[in-house]
Amino acid sequence: MIEHVLQTLPQVIIDGLALGAVYAIVALGYTMVYGILELINFAHGEIFMTGAFVGTALLLSFSAFGWLSSMPMLLALLLVLVATSIVTGLLGMGIERIAYRPLRNAPKLITLITAIGISFLLQDFVRFITELKKGNYILTGPSLFTGQVNISASSIWSGFHDASVKSSFFIVLVTAVVMMVTLDFFVNKTKWGMAMRAVAQDRETAALMSVNVNKVIALTFFIGSALGGATGVLFAIQYGTIDPYIGFILGLKAFTAAVLGGIGNIRGAMFGGIVLGLLEMFAAANLPIVSDGILGAEYKDVFAFSILIIVLIFKPEGLFGKVSVEKV
Amino acid sequence: MKGKKTLSIFTSAALAIGLLAGCSAEKTSETAKNGGESGGGTVIKIATQSPLSGGAATLGESIKLGAQLALEEQKEKFEKLGFKLELVPYDDQADPKKGVANAQLIGADQQVLGVVGHLNSGVAIPSSEIYEKYSIPMVSPANTATDVTDRGLKTVNRICARDDFQGPAGAKFAVEKLGAKKIFIIQDKTAYGTGLAEAFKKGAEEAGAEIVGFEGITIGEKDFNGVLNQVLAKKPDLVYFGGMYTEGGMLIKQARDKGINVPFMGGDGMDSSTLVEIAGDAVKNTFITSAAGIATATEAGKQFAEKYKQKFGKNIESYSAYGYDAMGVLLKAIEEAIKANGNKLPSREQVAEAVRNVQDYEGVVTKVSFDEKGDNKYAKIYIYKFEEATYPARLEDEVSK
Amino acid sequence: MKKWLNVLEKNKRLQATVIGMYIATTFISLYLAQKSVVAFLLLLSSLLFLYFTSFSNRVKWVIGILVLSVLLPLAASQGEAYQSYMEVATLVGIYIAMALGLNIVVGLAGLLDLGFVAFFAIGAYTYGIFATAQANNFMPFGHYPLSGESFWIFLIIGCIVAAIFGVLLGIPVLRVKGDYLAIVTLGFGEIIRIIFNNLDKPVNITNGAMGLASVQPPKLFGIEFMYPSQFYYVVLVILLLTIFIVRRLEYSKIGRAWKAVRENEIAAQAMGIPLVRTKLMAFAVGASFSGMMGVVFAAKQTFVDPTSFTLLESITILVMVILGGMGSVPGVILGAALVTILNLQVLTELTNWLNQLSLSGVVHIPDALSPAKMQRFIFGLILIVFALYRPQGLLPAKNPRFDEKELKSGVTNVADGKEGAKGVYFNG
Repeated sequence: MIEHVLQTLPQVIIDGLALGAVYAIVALGYTMVYGILELINFAHGEIFMTGAFVGTALLLSFSAFGWLSSMPMLLALLLVLVATSIVTGLLGMGIERIAYRPLRNAPKLITLITAIGISFLLQDFVRFITELKKGNYILTGPSLFTGQVNISASSIWSGFHDASVKSSFFIVLVTAVVMMVTLDFFVNKTKWGMAMRAVAQDRETAALMSVNVNKVIALTFFIGSALGGATGVLFAIQYGTIDPYIGFILGLKAFTAAVLGGIGNIRGAMFGGIVLGLLEMFAAANLPIVSDGILGAEYKDVFAFSILIIVLIFKPEGLFGKVSVEKV
Repeated sequence: MKGKKTLSIFTSAALAIGLLAGCSAEKTSETAKNGGESGGGTVIKIATQSPLSGGAATLGESIKLGAQLALEEQKEKFEKLGFKLELVPYDDQADPKKGVANAQLIGADQQVLGVVGHLNSGVAIPSSEIYEKYSIPMVSPANTATDVTDRGLKTVNRICARDDFQGPAGAKFAVEKLGAKKIFIIQDKTAYGTGLAEAFKKGAEEAGAEIVGFEGITIGEKDFNGVLNQVLAKKPDLVYFGGMYTEGGMLIKQARDKGINVPFMGGDGMDSSTLVEIAGDAVKNTFITSAAGIATATEAGKQFAEKYKQKFGKNIESYSAYGYDAMGVLLKAIEEAIKANGNKLPSREQVAEAVRNVQDYEGVVTKVSFDEKGDNKYAKIYIYKFEEATYPARLEDEVSK
Repeated sequence: MKKWLNVLEKNKRLQATVIGMYIATTFISLYLAQKSVVAFLLLLSSLLFLYFTSFSNRVKWVIGILVLSVLLPLAASQGEAYQSYMEVATLVGIYIAMALGLNIVVGLAGLLDLGFVAFFAIGAYTYGIFATAQANNFMPFGHYPLSGESFWIFLIIGCIVAAIFGVLLGIPVLRVKGDYLAIVTLGFGEIIRIIFNNLDKPVNITNGAMGLASVQPPKLFGIEFMYPSQFYYVVLVILLLTIFIVRRLEYSKIGRAWKAVRENEIAAQAMGIPLVRTKLMAFAVGASFSGMMGVVFAAKQTFVDPTSFTLLESITILVMVILGGMGSVPGVILGAALVTILNLQVLTELTNWLNQLSLSGVVHIPDALSPAKMQRFIFGLILIVFALYRPQGLLPAKNPRFDEKELKSGVTNVADGKEGAKGVYFNG
């Protein structure tokens, strides 16, 4: 049994990293918004999904115009990424302005409900636009980066099987790392980043220190949503086919990752995302073997949710978070 | 004590609406009564229930359109007999609750004499209990689960084959023609997918193959790397998938990306153009068993495909012709019932009996004769292979009872 | 206009005549119509108007029960759409009971539970497993399926089993607050659904995705309940019982404890309210209503499978509570009725009507925009609009009003503005 697990380990690690990278960036969006507003932005998963659809639509129109074959794939991808990020960033800002700002002083329950409402709204909105244009709501984008790369891990140790990897995996990984590093730099080393951290720590004092709180919050939403949208494009490239409901479950798992790493902590979210991706892939590949066929691969969702529940019960501040004491 | 202000507005408006509703409702009841008595221009409605939204919408839509085409073609014939045909399409959203609620609405509408539907067996089973209560005959173009007719209901019929025929037929083909000795089975944990996969498993074991894995996936899932890693580890000769084209297409694509190049086999849920759209080039070397034959194999079928394309602007799908034939069978039975009833409107029981008695109906894609359970004696299973990334696939083999 | 309003307000007799005429009109129109959804809905809405009148509570209840149990079925039975109306009415009843359960958890105790449908599933499967041949797979004794007579006992059993699961869910969740609670309960809801979908090996308990078919309908003195019109009465009785229990709980010690916990946990603790027990009670009671209705649902549908218990259901029930008004019993009843009717009748009829129009070529609405498919959109819109502009819902919760003089004299009768459960409280 152990040899079975070890044999597929390289493949599992690679798949887990790809999935984890996606979770990590989406988790960033959740954690940034929570840090600033103490609000779980339920709609973030749908922003990710919208980004995937916008990106695929752009790619499809590129290939319809024949541009896709004439320019290098990387350039096309870059253009699409930038365009989608801007669109989803604006979308996120718009949502904050319309739905969250009026409720800033309302009880948390109400804002949560609004977020759920927006999530549903976006899902159905994308669905009927896609259905209108296409007939059903499943959208398949043009396939980019489909080259196969074979990693002969068996040369490292004979217990491993070879792993085969799509070249889109490298694109996803590299882009994700670039985005995370840029965000880290932005938050920690620039003035705006400092303003964001200040507002997250104590909103009123930051306002007293002449930080324009509304602008900072809008900026946070823009950045978080832009990143989420860009991840959506990466997801679309990795898997090829998307539908309006991918955002929800993925958002939930990304939130788990954010909580795992410590909500409000950006590096924690990145770490949590990758760990969760690896764990989930590991469970999917090995649960049946380990449990002798009782638990099938379909239990991997249960696995992810159980992690969430356990973390929230026993260590709600996450791996990297600080315990916050509730003051009366 | 403050709501009193609104009270009067409410009540006065309500009175007005109530009177209006009463008047208009009385009018509709009068026209309905008149329509029923005169027999000239009596309305006969046929309902269709299929998923028009959701992951199986392509197939559900094709059933509705096929039935619609059949109904419109026969409108004239029925007008000469003095009846006006109308189609009432319902969307069951592949949800049993919706199917049951729609079935109740259908049952309540006395002008409905028959139902063409469903696509999903999990929806057909509870809905058919309602049809049985109201004695409305149901002719199914696509339900393959055995339970649909095994319950012995008098109003449930199907013109396609059953899963306990489809599964073993596929298994025999896989073992004998493709020489598969080790088979890995994946199913989508729905009533249809699990039933089909189990039937295939039994047939494969009887044919002497070894089942190296029986795993489930969740519908709506996009990432199948976990299950596919297991497939990689077990190295089977064939991978069988019991489920719909949405997941099937993604599975095939990701499997090929991983370097799993053994043939893939699936059931009739994968028989759709969207499969090719999703899987792209990876769909080569995929086999499917289907209860739907190639409609364009015959001259009549080619004409049907032409008319379909002209009217709806879309190419036919696998079940379009079956929707067409199901409606054809139903209309033929209604015609017989009308004639047997002295050219007057038949009752639902009479129509249900007439449907069950249909023998040797020549449809555009299949011949229909119902046995005592409502299964089609002439149902066949067709085996297709995707050589290119185009739909429809090439017909490899036909298996009949 | 204002003159008329004032006249109506003051004059009870006028109100009586207006309401009476309204009920009579809609009754007659429903009686004569073959299939008029509008008349049916209007007759139902007479109950809403009844609520606004200023009769005493006893009179309101009597008239309400009269309309529901006698007038409505009588009027509907003349048309062919009888069963269809009763089906809608039965489902409305089921959802009202579930919404009342969620109202206790969300509205009274302030715990946002997004996995509420799990208890519904538990109730449904409890009855389903034993009322089909499924239980033969793992029970060492007994002969299954149990006959329909056991339905009535299973109502209680379903209640208890769901309550137990409610407590089991509640225990780990107690430490978690606010937003996190929502996510955790959501996770639990999904877990239960996935587990039910997969519980067919190693021991086949729920038959996995295939579901349990041919569930035994309930039997009473040899009569089998097969048609929605018969189920309607069962649901009506259970619903009335539920409303009664909820009202008693709301005005009791535990009800006040829940409200205190909702407002401020720490202050409530400081006042001596046992936090753990109060929250667990909320979960258990809310879950038990859901479980009971799950049993009824299973018996009515005669088919149980996991696809009926998705997240969308939980959100639907949440929408009912929000729409009606969190914590307010009449509000929740109204919200549940509105949402269910919207979902089942209005949207489908609207779609059919639009279909007719486009088939006859008058107006062409593309398929993608058909109202039946726009369900999520409409729900989302309702949630957002209500959360932004009317968070207290359509019929907001009212706190009971006490008469100062009576309070001071030591023994009180509780009579609040519009509701009013009469009870005697001893205030020391």
